[in-house]
Amino acid sequence: MVNTLPQLAALLPVFLLAFTGLALLLVDTVRPDARSNTSMAVVGALGSLSALAASVWLVVSGTGSVDTGGAIVLFAEAIKVDTMALFFTAIFASVTALVVVAAHDYFHDHASPGAFYSLVVFAATGMALLAAANSLAVVFVALEMVSLPSYVLVAYLKQDRGSVEAGMKYFLVGALSSAIFLFGISLVYAATGSLLLSDVAEGIGSLDGLAGVAGIGIVMIVGGVAFKTASVPFHFWAPEAYEGAPAPVSAFLSSASKAAGFVVAFRLFTEAFPVGASLTAGIDWVLAFGILAAVTMTVGNFAAAVQEEVKRMLAYSSIGHAGYVLIGVAALSAGGSANDAVMGAAMAHLLVYGFMNTGAFLFVAMAERWGVGRTFEDYAGLARRAPVASTAMAVFMFSLAGLPPFAGFFSKYFLFMGAIDNGFLWLAAVGAVNSVVSLYYYSRVVKALWLDDPASSSALDAIDVRPTGLYAAVVFAAVATVLLLPGFGSVIETAEAAASALF
Amino acid sequence: MIIEALIGVTFVAALLVLLAPDEWAGRLAFAFSLLPFAGSLYLWSGFESAGNALTGEGIAYATQIEWLEVGGRTVSWFVGVDGISLPLVVLTTFLVPLAIVSAWTPIDSRQSQFYGLMLFMEANLLGVFTALDFFLWFVFWEAVLVPMYFLIGIWGGPRRKYAAIKFFVYTNAASLLMFIGFMSLVFALGDSVSSFALPAITGAIADGGLGSFAGLAPETLALAAFLAMFLGFAVKVPIVPFHTWLPDAHVEAPTPVSVLLAGVLLKMGTYALLRFNFTMLPDQASALAIPIAAIAVISVIYGAMLALAQKDLKRIVAYSSVSSMGYVILGLIAFTEYGVGGATFQMVAHGLISGLMFMAVGVIYNATHTRMVGDMSGMADRMPVAVGILVAGAFGYMGLPLMAGFAGEFFIFVGSFSAPALPYAPIFTALAMFGIVIVAGYLLSAMQSTLFGPFELETDYEVGPAPFHDVAPLVVLLAVIIVLGVAPDIFFEMIRDAAVPVVEGVTVDG
Repeated sequence: MVNTLPQLAALLPVFLLAFTGLALLLVDTVRPDARSNTSMAVVGALGSLSALAASVWLVVSGTGSVDTGGAIVLFAEAIKVDTMALFFTAIFASVTALVVVAAHDYFHDHASPGAFYSLVVFAATGMALLAAANSLAVVFVALEMVSLPSYVLVAYLKQDRGSVEAGMKYFLVGALSSAIFLFGISLVYAATGSLLLSDVAEGIGSLDGLAGVAGIGIVMIVGGVAFKTASVPFHFWAPEAYEGAPAPVSAFLSSASKAAGFVVAFRLFTEAFPVGASLTAGIDWVLAFGILAAVTMTVGNFAAAVQEEVKRMLAYSSIGHAGYVLIGVAALSAGGSANDAVMGAAMAHLLVYGFMNTGAFLFVAMAERWGVGRTFEDYAGLARRAPVASTAMAVFMFSLAGLPPFAGFFSKYFLFMGAIDNGFLWLAAVGAVNSVVSLYYYSRVVKALWLDDPASSSALDAIDVRPTGLYAAVVFAAVATVLLLPGFGSVIETAEAAASALF
Repeated sequence: MIIEALIGVTFVAALLVLLAPDEWAGRLAFAFSLLPFAGSLYLWSGFESAGNALTGEGIAYATQIEWLEVGGRTVSWFVGVDGISLPLVVLTTFLVPLAIVSAWTPIDSRQSQFYGLMLFMEANLLGVFTALDFFLWFVFWEAVLVPMYFLIGIWGGPRRKYAAIKFFVYTNAASLLMFIGFMSLVFALGDSVSSFALPAITGAIADGGLGSFAGLAPETLALAAFLAMFLGFAVKVPIVPFHTWLPDAHVEAPTPVSVLLAGVLLKMGTYALLRFNFTMLPDQASALAIPIAAIAVISVIYGAMLALAQKDLKRIVAYSSVSSMGYVILGLIAFTEYGVGGATFQMVAHGLISGLMFMAVGVIYNATHTRMVGDMSGMADRMPVAVGILVAGAFGYMGLPLMAGFAGEFFIFVGSFSAPALPYAPIFTALAMFGIVIVAGYLLSAMQSTLFGPFELETDYEVGPAPFHDVAPLVVLLAVIIVLGVAPDIFFEMIRDAAVPVVEGVTVDG
């Protein structure tokens, strides 16, 4: 049925997001008063939900999948829509929808909330484009389309010193890593003579003494990916930015923006620099990613364990999860039988993570909205006043820790199992040890919420409002985290099919 | 579909109770908990199959629906019962309503959350005892921990947070060890299994499908997996020296939670040992027969000695559970029809008797607000019925004939005394029997000083007989214990049918 539509229809989710961003600007122009907060949020939510619906529909109808004739290539091969692109677009759109709905309450008394929505949606457009990029040039342009709104979003509370400082740091590190990434692209272009991913892959196969140039270029590209995914060694910005930024922005960056970084990694390191050809050329990026994955998850989890503030703990936990997902690239091997399984599991983990991590940050947003404070102690006894939200938070924490009754268990487990099947037992072992460590600090949140007594009898008086939008977003994310467990079959099958098309 | 209905109804009931107002959450939860009980009786009445679920035949009420496929192996919703799991399902659904009624007096805050979590835990326990796919089973197995953590941590005694976290961390670390052990088996089986269904895996191992994995030869790997799983389950059972979480959890947990903890949760450990270690890897088990029998005997004696040294009534009962679980392990390692069957029977019997003891101690505590042996005496004057039942329960613990505990221990001793697979069987059995003497010693002395003699207790209120809804569950439990002691065959027959294939799985030298 989709075949009868013009091929451009495959980009429908991207167009919907871009159109929503423009429509938001229009609404802001027509109704520049404070009440536009609600109308902006409604437009933003509807737009991102329709993009979600469109991408799910396209995945279900098989657009771009191997069964229906393979990926759809557009604009002189600069764009390539396949199942992976649509899968990730679905992640971006659902995170955007959650964040937009939650932001409505978070920014209820902000002077000009309007620009927030359009920035988020424009960043999401960039992500969706990034997922479909088939040329290094498009990759870079889309990456900048994601980055520029993100800098502004982090510094969105411009009266707040923390927010502005975080934005500044994020911008400086981001600008540096963009430059490195771009330089890496130019070196790869110099060595292979093309920007199209498939041509680059051919070029990698016949480097003629330019292996050194290409190798340095690839290392620089790895650096750019590490920045976007908040992985070691470019992770320093993440705790600062996530902590200083408004919590909905932290949710957006740590879920959607991280996934965007990974879609670049998955695309580039399968289609542009295939494992086999790279190893033949002497460029062993598999080992580089393996080390990065192990170090990233260890640094993230151990640093998270010693934090006193919940938001900062979540920031480090998000670094730890970047380490898990990196296994999806690090455990590849030339002709490995489980290549698609491990990368598919990494994609599925990002989807589940999109809900559980966004939900956790949105709970923090709710706590900020109440004004209860930022540390574990400040969260003590919140379950007495807000049992529903606290139940949701417990679900997120247990799921992030990878406990079985929730979806995070399956996605993490299948990731480790794929790594073992592909012969990377050590990566799975490091991951398992880190998972155990993570249970400690995630359960601290649950303990504070449910078991601890409030610091004083008046401590809970701050909970005087029930922000509907925030509640809706948090509860929806929790329900999704639970339901993705029984529904994990279709997720992992789609993700594996998407991954297998890349090899 | 009846098992799905059983689990589903319990989940829905948990959700409804969570949303109910606190005032009548307890009544509502009791009413709802009768539904799964009725369902399990229906299961029982229609149960016909003979054999063991893991060895292929003998699965009753089975459903298998594919859930997802990953790395060439399918995970499915696969449930069913056999003669081993059905008695435990009935035990669970029977104990939960009684535990809920026993909670009416002590639980006075956040009732809807309490009863909702109790039912949520029941649903997951039913899942543990019926799941026949490893993943499904593991999801339920771990999901039991979450409500337990909250039940201890929110409604427990003064050191509840410490006890809750200790319980959570201990059992979680154990689960991870067990998980790794089992997974290494699955990886070593390679292409010879295409699913995580426990019967398929058991069959593949029995057919010699184990290959080498991670540089370990099949025999070494099977032994390592056996040890990892044994240690993992040993924490849950618990076996000495992994028992230290148990007294803390029991003492801090509110009475109704202790009832389920001792009555059902400990059986998860022995049930899993029977299913995984002793049915899947019988040769590894019998190769380690002497050390396993030794720690079983040590658990019996050491648990009883610890109980002898306690002053807190709840701690006494808690440590005596360690002792009773030692008998179960001894029965399992005997690898005889009566040993394995008796061990399973003892799981049910101990579930009922320890439930009774915890409830009776709880009733006394509700009235006196102390459980210390030295603080009170002559309770029989004030609460004759509750005390009478406590005494009866204690005799049940000591193995008084015509009570369920006697039948269980008797079967175990018959099975283990001349067990061909267990060297020095008579010595181990004799040593374990000695444990009963110590049990009698500490229970009698504790009761003598608290229950009899002139009434003495410093309170500023009158201590009177317990309310009807506190005593009623005790009477029901005692009646069932006696019925099961007089006519053990109502369970033992089906247990024996399921135990025989396990016994046949082991190769006995000579």
